[in-house]
Order: sequence, then C-alpha cells, then structure tokens
Amino acid sequence: MAESTFLDSTELVLNMGPQHPSTHGVLRVILKLDGEKITGTECVIGYLHRGVEKIGENRTYAQFAPYVDRMDYVASVSNGLGYCLAVEKLLNVEAPPRAQAVRVILTELNRIASHLVWLGTHALDIGAITPLFYVMREREDALNIFEKYCGARLTTHAFRIGGLQYEIYEEFEKDVKAFCDMFLPKVDEYEELLTENRIWKGRLTNVGILSADECKEYGVTGPMLRAAGVKWDIRKAMPYSGYEKYEFDIPTARNGDTYDRYTVRMQEMRQSARIIRQAVEGIPEGPIMGKVGKVIKPPVGEAYVSIEAPKGELGYYIVSDGSTQPYRVRVRPPSFVNLQALDRMVRGGLVADIVAVIGTLDIVLGEVDR
Amino acid sequence: MVKLLRTVFLVDLVQGLWVTFRNQHPRNICTEQYPAERPRIAERYRGAPRLNTNPENGETLCIACNLCALACPEHLIVVTSERNEATRRKELTTFTYDTSRCMFCGLCEDACPVDALELTQDFELATYTREGQIWDRQMLEEGPLPTKYKC
Repeated sequence: MAESTFLDSTELVLNMGPQHPSTHGVLRVILKLDGEKITGTECVIGYLHRGVEKIGENRTYAQFAPYVDRMDYVASVSNGLGYCLAVEKLLNVEAPPRAQAVRVILTELNRIASHLVWLGTHALDIGAITPLFYVMREREDALNIFEKYCGARLTTHAFRIGGLQYEIYEEFEKDVKAFCDMFLPKVDEYEELLTENRIWKGRLTNVGILSADECKEYGVTGPMLRAAGVKWDIRKAMPYSGYEKYEFDIPTARNGDTYDRYTVRMQEMRQSARIIRQAVEGIPEGPIMGKVGKVIKPPVGEAYVSIEAPKGELGYYIVSDGSTQPYRVRVRPPSFVNLQALDRMVRGGLVADIVAVIGTLDIVLGEVDR
Repeated sequence: MVKLLRTVFLVDLVQGLWVTFRNQHPRNICTEQYPAERPRIAERYRGAPRLNTNPENGETLCIACNLCALACPEHLIVVTSERNEATRRKELTTFTYDTSRCMFCGLCEDACPVDALELTQDFELATYTREGQIWDRQMLEEGPLPTKYKC
C-alpha cells in the first residue's frame, strides 16, 4: 500500500482571520476547501472576550451602563437603551414621555449610523470602495449630534436608568431635522451607486441564501430574518419606549439572499429617518428623569427585555438579589446568534462568497465575544 | 430590447460613475485637517478631567466627599482629606485621577455635588510614560503642562 501524502487529499484547510480585514474584527474562520468550493466552515471566536457579563456582577447598576456601550460599539446607544429598559423593568418605573421621545430619536440615529458602517464595509469587501467614504461623511453628522448631546461620539453612555441625564441642547431639534433632510437624498445616491450595478448584483444575488425556516431554526433575527420574508420587528411586535406612537413600515424581501438583505437594510434606513422626523416634531415637555433614587436597589426578581437593535434582537436578562449589584446579567447579542448561521449560508459556495456573507451578517466582534 | 441596450451601453456603471463625478467638486471636501486646524469640540464633550477652583481666591471647590470615587466604575479616583481642627471641616489633601483607565463615562462628573470635578473639552491626553497618565491634584487643577524638551 502506498503511503498517503497530502497530495492525495483534495481537501484544503485554510485559516481566514483573525487578522483578515474582511472578517470585520477578530473573527477566525477555518475553511475546508475543495478547490474553490467550501465544504465546511468553523468559526473560532473569543479573541475580544472581556467578560462583560462578569464585570456586570461586580458593578452597581448605574456603573455597569458604560460597559454595555462597549459590546456593540457601532450601535452603543441601542445597547444602553436595552440595558436601561431592563433595569427599569426590574425597578418597575418608566421613563417620562420626554425622555422616551429623545431615546427614540437617538436610537434611530444610531441605527442609521450602524447601517451606514455596515454598508460601507460590506461594499468595500465586495470591491466598491466609493460608498465607504460617502457613508462615513454622513455618519459624521449623526455622531456630531451624539457628541453635542452627551459629549461622546462612539461609546456614548447617553441614557441613564430611569430616563436621561442630559437635557437636549438648544439646537437639537434643528440639527436632527437637518440630518433627516440631508440624509434621504444620500440614500438615493448610495442606491444609484449600487442597486443596479451589475457587479454588485452579480456578487450578491443568490449568495448566502437563508430561508425563513432556517432563520427561525437558528434564531436569526433582525434584517436577516426580514430579508427572508418574515415580518418580525420587535418595535412593532412588543413596542417599547413609545414606539407604538410612530408610524413606520417593516421592510421585507422574499429570497433571503445577500442582495435582499442589502435592500432591506437600505429601506430600514429610510424608515428610521421617518421615525426620527415624527419623534422630533413632537418632543413632549416635562421631566427627563423618572422616580429613581440615587442608589439603585431593585427588589428581588428577574427581568428580560429585548429591543430591536440594528443587528437584530438584543436582549438583557438581569437577575436581582436585592442588593445594589446585579446577581447575573445575561446578554443575548444579535451578532453572536446571527453568526451561527454562517456555515449554513456558505457551505457549497465559493471562497469569494464568504467575504460577502460575513459582510451581510453585519457582525461586530465586540458583541460576539463580549 | 431596452434591457439589452442598457447592458451594452453600461448604463448601470455609467450611472454609478456619474455619482462619483458629482462628488468631485472641491466644495464637497469635508476632511478635517486636524493638526493644522483645531477641531470643533462640542460644549458637553467628555475629555480630560479638571478640578475646579474658586476663581476669586484660588481655593479648591472640592469638599472631599468621596462621591466621585464611589461612582467611578473603574475605581480610579483616590481622594484623601484631613480634618481641619480650626474650622472643623474636612479639607482636601490629595486627589489622584488615573486617566489611563478612564473611559470618560461622566459618572464622576454627575456625582459631584458642588461641580468641582468636571470633564473638559481637552482631548489630547498622550504622554510618554504610563506614570504620566496618573494625574495628581496640581495637574487636575492647572491642566497638563506642555512637555519641556531639552534642546
């Protein structure tokens, strides 16, 4: 019997990442290749693990709030909102209407900022470099509003448990309206660049298909689920922070391929701008902080709150033992769950497709690893 | 037929290039030339910490209540005080603030009952040593002094 050598094997194992620019951070994917075809993948995660959930057990409720911003650092406002809502549920208080309206405006601005980063990096992966510069230009305006409102651009720590710490600044409404007016034509511009582009379509259509049933099987949420045709949005299904007052549509698509996910996210940015317009028109007067004591000490119990973050369902499960520190904080990050569908989406595809699929997953490794 | 013509004449690609061309105009330049021109920092920006003093007599506003140290998630503020027997009040002796561990969340600023501790608009916090990141009371009150170089 002849000795078998590696030449006999048709399978090639290739490491992609953790320093690969298309993995959007420190994700390592082990690819099993048969020529150009992917026969299997395995994700290695944990390179950015900081033990955020454990940190939560060693901090008071108010002290933990800045840390949640550092999970999904592209959409830190959404993280902060989810955490504040969960603690408010434990405390059984509700933020005043004025605070709720400002919260909605800022989270939707953050959704736009997050989708813009996704669009820029995704297009860059595919080979369209131009949109990256355009989206960063528009994102800058959204971040400037954050900076003027709360003093930080990326890890904002904008909300506090029970409401808001900062009153809106003088020209807040003007700035937000100006952003909406400026932003919608820009989305059309991005679409002009990409939507009908034959290279863009060729690289994305029928790539990384995930059907509605498979999405449910994996627990995939957010734009990925909606691109498969499921009309599920937590802002509509379980409204929080006054979302029931605003009129907006849930954009969906049919095929669940990468191109559909692109169209859904583009539509979502328009809907976000629509919500911001409605919210900024009628910010109610009143206090911005609910009835929360200086020392936050929730009663014994547990609470789960999930919100629609830009990437999907973001859930916070907090167990209180009656002390000033949480007994357990569990985060259900959308990126982590969505990433698990990667193998299903790329198996049988080509190597070049995996870059497109990782881009369309819209993962942030800070949130995957926590 | 129309579709074929569109394909042959590369309508989709020309359309995209037209967008790129429209954005070529010099008035569309929005890059901030940072070291050459100072960036516009928002009023509420959370940057370098400062310990405010009374502008009239230069005395510190800090009452050494230790609330900022308790509020800090990273426990990076250390306040020491001693009791003045004459006035029978606590007086601040040292105040240390470790900016290398600070995440500029602003909780210390919120906790301060007398607006003594404040996060300012200064953002250039680089130092040559790790020890230089730990700010003492003098540095917090007067701000970081520019480095003096040996010529």
